[in-house]
Amino acid sequence: MVKVFKVEDLDCANCAAKIEEGISKLDGVNSVSVSFLAQKITLDADESKLDRIVDEMAKIAKKIEPDCRIIK
Amino acid sequence: MTKKQKKLLYRIIISLVLFLACIFIPEEYGLLRALAFLAPYIVVGYDVVKKAVLNIASGRVFDENFLMLAATLGAYALKEYSEAVMVLILYQIGELFQSCAVSKTRKSVTALMDIRPDYANKVTENEEIKVVSPEEISVGDVILIKSGERIPVDCVVTKGESYIDTAALTGEASPVAVKEGIRLTSGCVNISGTLYAKVIKPYSESTVAKILELTEKSAEKKSKSENFITKFAKYYTPAVCLLAVLIVLIPTLIYGDFASHVKSGLIFLVVSCPCALVISVPLSFFCGIGGASKNGILIKGAVYIEALSKIKTVIFDKTGTLTKGKFELSETKTANGFTEKELLYYAAAAEKYSGHPIAAVLRNNADISGAVVENAEQSVGKGIRALVDGKKVNVGNKTLMSDEKIDFEEYSGTGTAVYASVDGIYAGIIAVKDMIKDGAKDALSTLKKYGVEPVMLTGDKESSGKAVSLELGIEKAYYELLPADKVEIAERIISENRAENKITAFAGDGINDAPVLSASDVGIAMGVIGSDAAIEASNVVLMDDNLSKIPLAIKISAKTMRIVKQNIVFALAVKAAVMILSVMGLANMWLAIFADVGTAFLAILNAIRAFKIK
Repeated sequence: MVKVFKVEDLDCANCAAKIEEGISKLDGVNSVSVSFLAQKITLDADESKLDRIVDEMAKIAKKIEPDCRIIK
Repeated sequence: MTKKQKKLLYRIIISLVLFLACIFIPEEYGLLRALAFLAPYIVVGYDVVKKAVLNIASGRVFDENFLMLAATLGAYALKEYSEAVMVLILYQIGELFQSCAVSKTRKSVTALMDIRPDYANKVTENEEIKVVSPEEISVGDVILIKSGERIPVDCVVTKGESYIDTAALTGEASPVAVKEGIRLTSGCVNISGTLYAKVIKPYSESTVAKILELTEKSAEKKSKSENFITKFAKYYTPAVCLLAVLIVLIPTLIYGDFASHVKSGLIFLVVSCPCALVISVPLSFFCGIGGASKNGILIKGAVYIEALSKIKTVIFDKTGTLTKGKFELSETKTANGFTEKELLYYAAAAEKYSGHPIAAVLRNNADISGAVVENAEQSVGKGIRALVDGKKVNVGNKTLMSDEKIDFEEYSGTGTAVYASVDGIYAGIIAVKDMIKDGAKDALSTLKKYGVEPVMLTGDKESSGKAVSLELGIEKAYYELLPADKVEIAERIISENRAENKITAFAGDGINDAPVLSASDVGIAMGVIGSDAAIEASNVVLMDDNLSKIPLAIKISAKTMRIVKQNIVFALAVKAAVMILSVMGLANMWLAIFADVGTAFLAILNAIRAFKIK
């Protein structure tokens, strides 16, 4: 299923690319697109694993861009 | 400015003040001076250091934070304290500029796409007005739309007259007049009078919700250029770091003088930040998509901007796309002393009770309210016989005329001819035709000017189809096609073009052409307000059915691609030049900073041009 998350304070395009790469490697993620400009993450993932993926996603984002917040 | 941007600004100012104070510390203070310079360094750069360290800890060494840390630490080691601090301050000023420019652009683009209605005025049973959220409105409710308010859900006017601004949806500047019985599309703005309207669709199924969903997903599909840049940055930074080490080591081994070579290595590091590229390329696409939506063209992702700019063929479905999709009166020819009014009157009256689409056209062109129609008798495939005001009227095709032994003159023009006779005397013909859309001719000739070949597909007979293709100057046209034939021909053209690495677009009105829309490289759905299937299947959505939007979409895409290329070439060229200068020992830190921050800034300004389409 496809879900769209808003992101706050994602300030660098390169970080967005890195976050995208990190999330795409998570188990259960079919595809993901992090848009630095639209400030949102479009995630296509297995519904059964969604909760875990969303947690992991937040961790990855925090690690790469400490200021940014994913709004669930 | 956002909170974060303000914070950075204050940090830059404080750091600059501290920095200026430190400059006055005489050089003989040595260590104390080095420590003093740490204050402005930490104030302005603690986040850079923190990110660099965090990245190294998690195994991602090479990014711009690392480059800045390495460059400034190197400068510190060389006792160039002021330079180390200044580099960091300038880097942050550049970041702040970038951040502001980007968020300003983001705001103006998203504001434009923000057609979300905030509330609705529900009229309750006891005639009171209650402000509720659009989601709370249900079908059948009556709402009040005041002047200046956005239409919250799709509805039909029940009372009042006004003008509606549809620009947010269609890009069309002139307002549309509405009155009782007219359907209102949600997302448009009521600009003059007060309207009462009955809700026909809940919010979730209204046009505005569909469009918002579409624009939300529009960033999903990244273009090749964007992916290229991301990949490029991944290899570029480590490569640059390695090069910087070599630049320091090789000449030092040959000539000695470690310190001055370290300096050129550091300059090399500063200049090599990939920011300008990484920001400006997606920003250009973002602005291009924004500029297109300003004109009522929704492009579902950067990848289609790229595709639109490379279109070789546009396949058009005839009915509803090139033509208006409904019959209109095109010509009348009277005979035997009948006036045009009489001809239309008798023909329309005879067809008074007919459900045929042509009958509706006739009725729209005559006043038959007083006509007495008796014994109307339909003969399938021929026409109608009826008594109108006591006169025997035959209306139909030429077979009917021959059957009735009426002496008539065969019509040689285009369109469908309707013959009429009154009391056995031929009264004339009325030609109806599916008219070509206004502006279609100009749109097609513009397309040809751009080097795009139009192709027309139609299920109509060659005689009526050819009239359209000839008038529009379409050389490749296919007639009398069944829906399956259309898919087959479209697929053949698509695969022929693919073999040459060219792009094929298909433009349709969304009715019955979803398979072709999704088979083509770029599916363009036109005038789709309300058609969900077409919105799903297509890649580019034109909010109204104006054909000139197709060449416009191509023009915007071509401009965007030009800007993307300019930015890539410009940023790489400036960087390469400064890198070479630094290797030769001709560049200093200031130049390096300009090459990094300056190019990023200029590239952003250039990217914003994609948003401005005349």
